[in-house]
Amino acid sequence: MFDDFLFRALIAGIGIALVTGPLGCFVVWRRLSFFGDTLAHSALLGVILSISFDINISLSIFAVSSLVALILLRLQNTTNLAGDALLGLLSHSSLAIGLLVLGFLSFIRFDIMGVLFGDILSVNVNDLIIIWAGGAIILFVLWLIWKPLFASTVNYELAEAEGMNPKRVNAIFTILLAALIAISIKMVGLLLITGMLIIPCAMARNLSNNPKQMVVLSIIGGLLSVFVGLYASFEINTSSGPTIVTVAIILFILSLSRIRKKY
Amino acid sequence: MIDNDLLVKVSDAGLYKDGKWLVKGVNLNITKGKIVTLIGPNGSGKTTTAKIALGLYKNIEGTVERLTNKISYVPQKVSIDWTLPVRVIDFMVLTQDLRDQEINDALNLTGVEHLKNNNLRELSGGEFQRVLLARAIAKKPDLLVLDEPVQGVDFTGEVELYALIKKISETLQCGILLISHDLHVVMSATDYVVCLNGHVCCSGTPLAVAQNKEYKELFGEKSSHLLSLYEHEHDHVHDSDGNIIKEAK
Repeated sequence: MFDDFLFRALIAGIGIALVTGPLGCFVVWRRLSFFGDTLAHSALLGVILSISFDINISLSIFAVSSLVALILLRLQNTTNLAGDALLGLLSHSSLAIGLLVLGFLSFIRFDIMGVLFGDILSVNVNDLIIIWAGGAIILFVLWLIWKPLFASTVNYELAEAEGMNPKRVNAIFTILLAALIAISIKMVGLLLITGMLIIPCAMARNLSNNPKQMVVLSIIGGLLSVFVGLYASFEINTSSGPTIVTVAIILFILSLSRIRKKY
Repeated sequence: MIDNDLLVKVSDAGLYKDGKWLVKGVNLNITKGKIVTLIGPNGSGKTTTAKIALGLYKNIEGTVERLTNKISYVPQKVSIDWTLPVRVIDFMVLTQDLRDQEINDALNLTGVEHLKNNNLRELSGGEFQRVLLARAIAKKPDLLVLDEPVQGVDFTGEVELYALIKKISETLQCGILLISHDLHVVMSATDYVVCLNGHVCCSGTPLAVAQNKEYKELFGEKSSHLLSLYEHEHDHVHDSDGNIIKEAK
């Protein structure tokens, strides 16, 4: 059964959707969508390093994305530059460096489209293990820090005053995002991972009136996008990432008719 | 001297930020069962002082000792983004685990039990303040820091809530640090007043502060009368240092 690439892709997609739902909600709540993009852009450098030094691609993406995340946290404390400017700075510098290094590696055959948009054909059993094991760790850590993370999302100072450690949970959350990007890049591609993170959550927001409900609906939205998206990408022969994200967009548009504007 | 009832001791504290002192040379003690009120004009450093006491700033002058971890905080402003759907009942357990009964009791005390399942964004300003206060008292803290807790609450509600705050300090024996602009209502319930204007301009019992020259300059002669008026309602006698000599019932 694991020989069938479509089946492997489905298992991988389910694993990713289970993680993007809860993590994506926090990305939306904390206004971090652009931050997701920054981490994803820096993943290109991770991919290139992985090819040049022949190390595991997820590991190398995780290392580079975490590094960029930590540099960001550091810069936030040392400069007065606005958040979006800092993100733009990091996002494009890591992208530029990645492309520059790629230029030196012209002798290597390298499928950049697969990295940008995801490639279901490339998902092997090893990747499945990385996705599910990594995903389980991410969800477990998120469950551990849920309360302080949520409290500091609602009000940072209130959480800190009442004995939580928002700075630490923020840093942990950032690392979790980097880890998610590392495990999902093969499937969704680095250009579209932010879409996978926030679109099901945006849909879920339209249908929910409390945080837990929004998380559950985000997961369901993500799963639906993966099921329908993968089937469509197989039938009409398109890249998996764009197809999944397009399905998510369609779900979002459908959810607009049920929007709870009142809240 | 170490006081068993001491909860927070702020010694000669100050905060220097962006080229100026937001507040400087603050000394204050918060003890169990007592209400300390910070008054002062806008920009005089009231909120900054409260945050210093809470330990929210890292680079302060002076020292802050906190002898309790059971702290509740009602910030001056809490804004909830539309993207974040939070009901009152979710908000109540934000930093604490509570039983249903405890949630109901606290909401009942501030008069907003009927709003339990409403989304925070549906509440009016006054209702939201009542929810903030309910959340803060629900976990029965040792220290309660209230930054303008009754803003936007109607007048009768304001009197009620101040009476509630007074009652909480007595029943829970918790120390309260209160920031308020409503001199006339607050003073009747306060044990100790710190008048700020970038520094501690004066401090002491409401009566002592009301008669202070700097206080009169800051708030005008009229408010001094206002403050002393309420002294008549006090049920105890102070010595010259502001210590309570005896409860005169």
